[in-house]
Order: sequence, then C-alpha cells, then structure tokens
Amino acid sequence: MKGQRTIEEIEKEIAEEFSLFDSWDDKYEYIIDLGKKLPPLEDQYKMDENRVRGCQSIVWLVADHRDGKIFYKAESDAVIVKGLISMLIRVLSGQSPDDIIQAKLNFIQQIGMTTHLAQTRSNGLLAMVKQMKNFALAYKIKNTAKA
Amino acid sequence: MIASATIQKSLDVYSIRRQFPVLNREVKGKPLIYFDNAATSQKPQSVIDALVNYYTNYNANVHRGIHTLAEEATLAFEATRDAAQQFIHATSREEIIFTRGTTEGINLVAYTWGRQNIKAGDEIIISTMEHHSNIVPWQILCEEKGAVLKVIPINDEGELLLDAYKKLLSQKTKLVSVVHVSNALGTINPVKQIIDAAHKTGAVVLIDGAQSAVHLDINVQQMDCDFFAFSSHKLYGPTGMGVLYGKKHFLEAMPVFHGGGEMIKEVSFEKTTYNDLPYKYEAGTPNIADAIAFKSALDFINETGKDNIRQHEEELLHYATKQLQQIPGLKIIGTAKEKASVVSFVIDNLHPQDIGILLDNRGIAVRTGHHCAQPLMHRFGITGTVRASFAVYNTKEEIDELIAGLQKTIKMLS
Repeated sequence: MKGQRTIEEIEKEIAEEFSLFDSWDDKYEYIIDLGKKLPPLEDQYKMDENRVRGCQSIVWLVADHRDGKIFYKAESDAVIVKGLISMLIRVLSGQSPDDIIQAKLNFIQQIGMTTHLAQTRSNGLLAMVKQMKNFALAYKIKNTAKA
Repeated sequence: MIASATIQKSLDVYSIRRQFPVLNREVKGKPLIYFDNAATSQKPQSVIDALVNYYTNYNANVHRGIHTLAEEATLAFEATRDAAQQFIHATSREEIIFTRGTTEGINLVAYTWGRQNIKAGDEIIISTMEHHSNIVPWQILCEEKGAVLKVIPINDEGELLLDAYKKLLSQKTKLVSVVHVSNALGTINPVKQIIDAAHKTGAVVLIDGAQSAVHLDINVQQMDCDFFAFSSHKLYGPTGMGVLYGKKHFLEAMPVFHGGGEMIKEVSFEKTTYNDLPYKYEAGTPNIADAIAFKSALDFINETGKDNIRQHEEELLHYATKQLQQIPGLKIIGTAKEKASVVSFVIDNLHPQDIGILLDNRGIAVRTGHHCAQPLMHRFGITGTVRASFAVYNTKEEIDELIAGLQKTIKMLS
C-alpha cells in the first residue's frame, strides 16, 4: 500500500496528524513515541561511514534498493532525533529516486520543526535529508550509467 | 569601585533584572529562563545604549582623525583600555591588547611568542579540562615546531592533579597554558600554585580567563601570570571584543601578529617600523563600537560589586546543586571543592540533546553537548552533558522552574 502513495500524500497525512495537537508537549510526546518505536538498526551498520554528521547526536543511515525504489534504515542515540528519522523514513522510504531527489519535504515546516529546533540541530536534520537524497542521486546515476 | 561595593551591601536581583531587557521576553509562550551564561551572558541596557550612542552620535575611526568625532571616539575607545587595566590590575595600559576574544588572544600568543620561542623537543603543558581554544593553537604550534604537548590529568571530581603537574614540569617545559575556571565543569583551578611552579622551571604561563573574569577578582600582578586572555561577551559586554594581557617585556620582545594599518610607525617598501604597545598588536580598524560598549559592561560589574555578584552566584550554585541531587538518576559532572556557578550533569539513559530540546520547550535555555571540551568528556566516559550556568540576574525561582522542567522532561522521555 505504502509504496503506492506519493511523498506529498504522506506528508499531508503527517501534517494532519500534527494539527490535532494543542501543545508543543503533545507534539513532542508523539515524536518521542515514534522515536521509541523506530526499529533499531543492526549493529553491523553502526559504523563511522554510515554516520550523518549532526552537532550533538549520532545518526546512522543506510539505504538499499529494490525494484527501482529506495529503502532507508536509520537510528540515533537521541530519541527526538529518532522520532524525526521515523517520519523521514515514512515519507521517503519505498519511493523512486526521482521523487526522493525532488521532494520538497514541506511537512517539516508545517509541523513546526524547522522553527522549533535550533539552527544547529536543524542542520543535523537537514544533513540527514541531504544524505537520504544523496543515496537516491547515487542510485540514479549508477543506473543511468548502466543503461 | 570600593566605594560602590561598600554602598551596595547586598544585591537586589529584581532591580538587576530590570536592567536586562531580554529577560522580559517569552520563549515558547513561557518567560525566558536563561541558564546559558557560560556560553555568553545577556547585556544590560547600558551596554546596548553605549553601542547605539556611538553609532548615533560619534561614529568615527579612532586614533588618526583630527576632527571632533574621531577625538570623541578615540577617547571612549581608550577609556575602555584604562577600565580593563583596572579590572585585572595590570601594571600599565600598554599591557592591554584588544582582541576579538579569548580565542584570538590565545592564538596571538601561539603565533607570536610561540613561533619565536618554541623549538623541536620543547614541551607545552595544558590540562585535561581545556576548551578546544586552549588545545588547538598549541597543537598547531607543536606540529609546526616538533614540540610536545603534555596534559595535566584530573581526578573524578574534576580537579587538576597538582602532583602529576609538578612531575610534568621540567627544563623542557617552555609554556604552561591552563584554564582558570572550567567552562564545562565549573572547577576553579589553583592558578597561583600552577604559575609559581612553572616559573621555578623557567616556563611562561598563559591563563585562559574566559570563564573566570566574570566571577573572580582578577589581579594579574598578584597572580603573576605572563599572559591572561578573556572575552567581553561573557562579562555582560558585546561579542567580538576581548583582551589579551601580557607582561610588557614579553609584548615588547614578541614579533607582530597581523600586519596592516594602525600597527605601524613608518612604512616604505623596503622596511616597516612597528608602532608602540599596545597598538603593535592591533592591526586594522579595531572593533570600535564593541570596545566602547565593553566599558559599560565593566562599569556595570564594578557598580554591582564583584563580591555581591559572586555571593549571589554561589547561593544559586549551592541551591541548584542541592535541588538537582534530589532527581533520581541525575549525576553531576564536576564536583570540585572550588567551583564557579556552573552545573553540568547527565541523567541515566537520557540523551542531553533530548533534555535540552524539551527544556527549551519550557522557555529554559541550557547548553547541551560537549562544550568544546571533547577530551574532557572522554575523560568522564561521556559524549556530553546538560549544563546550567548562572549569572547575576538569575533567581532561585528560575532554578525551581528548571527542576520542574527536568521532572517533566524525564517523565516524557522515560
């Protein structure tokens, strides 16, 4: 089912879920809950080359591809970051490289996370998005070269 | 200074708070509680007014102009030098070099005195609790010269091991560069003992005063340090301004740092003669506005009285320490006997970043992370802490809010 929905549709869904919350505490409780539920990344992937450089927390990100779609797995040592990762995976995982590269990811702004997280931490989030897009780009270039 | 300290017997924190306009604002719908003072302190209205007044009424370049504005700007600019000299009890105003801050002050010594005096095989001693600003310039110098960096170890309380330090000292030791007050732990180091021991072996001593200048009485003559660097922005003054104190004979003998205008006497394409102290080290148009406003910050501290400030901050430190210790799973990192108003802590199974985000959500500004002291974090086997650092305008009620915020945070994260 998930693979059939577009990135925009999933973003809209997340924005709608967040619109139900009255307070920042509720939003964060939800994000923390998502973070706790994020499946742990296997230890074999937790190596330096899979690390996304954020300021304060460690993020490991790996990507795989099946049938022309990109699939992501990631983890962090900080739970709020894990919650944010969980949403990014929900939006981008299982999508085509082109859609991932072009994704605007407006939902981050719509749910108030760009303004709410300070610049340094926000940069960590942006670094994560950039890395996810880089994987899609690398896959695309490799396949174009083959063709 | 003495008179004002005597007149104002105790500190009225609420009248102090009224002088800091930023404390009126809200963050996330809650009144701002600012506990990131070790990173930078907030500015009183008098400092803000001094900046505005300069740009509004007498903006001019200093020292060379003969017109009225240039004269007024120069007088105000140089008045800060006198105030800074008095503030740290330097022998003469020529020993006060204006810098961009502590980091630039340390780098100035590394690039001038260091390059002139450090040779292959020489040793430089720093400590485990240094800020990266007091590590990296010496690493660069050591690499360039083939010198060796030695590190004073600390105990579990976050205190320097002085016996180990004395064993590190030898004829090879050319420089000891140590922090006065640790930004990450709050430890106040016994700099007098460190300096005296270094001088016995003939080593030169630099004291990183970034954190100490705002809390402690600084008397560079009594301390007998050879260099002392500090920043304006941690002393209620503007950013981008700092002071490097150096004993005159060192400053006279050292080569110049940056070349350009202001630091020269005469220039021909064959040869340049350099200006006298302190201008020899102040190439280019200086940070005039911030230098001028820095005097207002020093005036604020003098008028409030350093004793009063210290007493107030000590009360906050003791209160916060006691309250924080009640929280299950919380461990304070840095429990030295002599401490400035900094409390660093970790909480079992919780990431400092998560705690910081959720406290910010309640309007409470703390610092989280490694505090630019990664080797120190490594010593304690952690990657970072949450740090609350207190200033003259903080209150016990704000600490109560921090405790309540932490309890709520722990509940949300557990």
